[in-house]
Amino acid sequence: MKVINLDHISAKPLLPEVKEVMIEAIEKDYHNPSSQHKSGEEATAALQKAREAMAALLNCKTPKEIVFTSGGTESVNHAIKGVALANEDKGKHIITSNIEHNAVIRSLRRLRSSGFTVTSLPVDSSGRVKPKDVAEAITKDTILVSIMHSNNETGTTQPIEEIGKITRERKVIFHSDAVDSVGVVPMDVQHLGVDLLSFASNTLYGPAGVGGLFIRRGTRIFPLLDGGVQENNKRAGAENLVGIIGTGKAAELALRDMDKRLIHLKTLKDQILSELPHAIDEYIINTHAEHSLPNLVSISIKYIEGESVMLMLDDENIAVSTRSACATGSLRASHVLLSLGLSHADAQGTLVISFGVDNSKEDIVTFLNALKNVVTTLRDISPLYQKESQL
Amino acid sequence: MYNKTVMDHFRNPRNVGVIENADGVGEVGNPLCGDIMTIYLKIKDDHIEDIKFQTFGCGSAIAVSSMITEIAKGKSLVDAKHLTNKDVAKALEGLPKNKLHCSNLGADALQLAIQNYEDKLAGVTRPEPIRKEKHEHSHGEKCYCPYCDIEIQEGITFCDACQSSLEDEH
Repeated sequence: MKVINLDHISAKPLLPEVKEVMIEAIEKDYHNPSSQHKSGEEATAALQKAREAMAALLNCKTPKEIVFTSGGTESVNHAIKGVALANEDKGKHIITSNIEHNAVIRSLRRLRSSGFTVTSLPVDSSGRVKPKDVAEAITKDTILVSIMHSNNETGTTQPIEEIGKITRERKVIFHSDAVDSVGVVPMDVQHLGVDLLSFASNTLYGPAGVGGLFIRRGTRIFPLLDGGVQENNKRAGAENLVGIIGTGKAAELALRDMDKRLIHLKTLKDQILSELPHAIDEYIINTHAEHSLPNLVSISIKYIEGESVMLMLDDENIAVSTRSACATGSLRASHVLLSLGLSHADAQGTLVISFGVDNSKEDIVTFLNALKNVVTTLRDISPLYQKESQL
Repeated sequence: MYNKTVMDHFRNPRNVGVIENADGVGEVGNPLCGDIMTIYLKIKDDHIEDIKFQTFGCGSAIAVSSMITEIAKGKSLVDAKHLTNKDVAKALEGLPKNKLHCSNLGADALQLAIQNYEDKLAGVTRPEPIRKEKHEHSHGEKCYCPYCDIEIQEGITFCDACQSSLEDEH
């Protein structure tokens, strides 16, 4: 049975071309890129090719600025902990936002217990950090600003370029968690003014378990993993060459097809937003109308709970994700949604619809029809619907 | 994640709805923890003649509501008063441990509805219960971290396993 994947934020399919080069790489059974003999050099060349493709996608000055990792989480941990430890002689203050991913939140929590102080900035009701707040929060003790490029729950993007201008002027290192943006929207590290940028291969339709970190040349940062001299001495351990080769191919395709993909994604997003009022009523769109990713729509549907919606859509072979507390294992509503000012009840009814190059307009039609039925069924059961909607 | 019995009750919930002029009504839960459940009773000759529910909540909350109404229907009030969360969880053949709190709601809503019926009979008026907005750990004797689901000691304010602060919960 074909499942319609509208949960790209959790997993994107491998592109056929990516799968192909990965299978070739497995069959070729590369040697260790650190070895100096012919077999090793062949592996080094494959690694270099992938690094160049990734550097081209981000417009790095040199491919050496790309460090491959085990994924977005490692990249974020590396950026934050690596900068903190390498710069603690200068200061121990870090600035972030209230809507970051747990990789950022928990890395900073760890640093707090080692004597670092963290200022976490609020977002406005549209979900964006104010650059002015960043400027005002910087003290002589500030060594790092870490603000995400796009939010994984709402798709809203942050004013990274404006913050980048401030951090450059104030000479503070700037990291952006761009795990959900790299490969989806054009990203130019020169333009953005970041010193560090985290990304994940799966966002580019590459393999899960691979990612990377852009480290601007001259940035003071320690490795997270100590050991050998791999990745220009920035990340020890033998490389996941098959995964990295897949990532390189995915980066090459993302650069080649970016315009085409953007048009396709925008069409689907517009379709969802314009057709949604015909399918259901009483909902809140959490995604910024202008500053947001083209591949994600977050909606909070009133009077019903997200996990129930997700399970019922699953019965119709449609995969979506929810940010309801119940579904995430935590009993608390998402910090991101509460930051936007949503009530707990409304936050519980949140669905994240994320799509990609493999989705069609028909998928959206099928989804909206199914959603209409599911919402009706669940509202019929809901005590909140009976009470509040009749007020 | 859910077993077949839970999914069956979630997909085809029994006894959904409202009983007009119900003899007893019990409402529990709050949106903070994610579930709200209302149970309506029709009592005849000290037996639950009819029972219906409305629930705002996740898959397991809906399944629990459905199951408690099915178990309670036709029972004498004396027997129904003995129904506990464990009976519901057992009848559902188990729930994921982070969902066990949902099964509390089912039995609690039923007991509140019975109490409401008896209060009406006795002419007692109780004040609206104050909704608790704190994490509770009344399921069994164990308490689990709401963030990582690992078993934790009752009353602690920090989870060693996931380094989460639990101050808001306790």
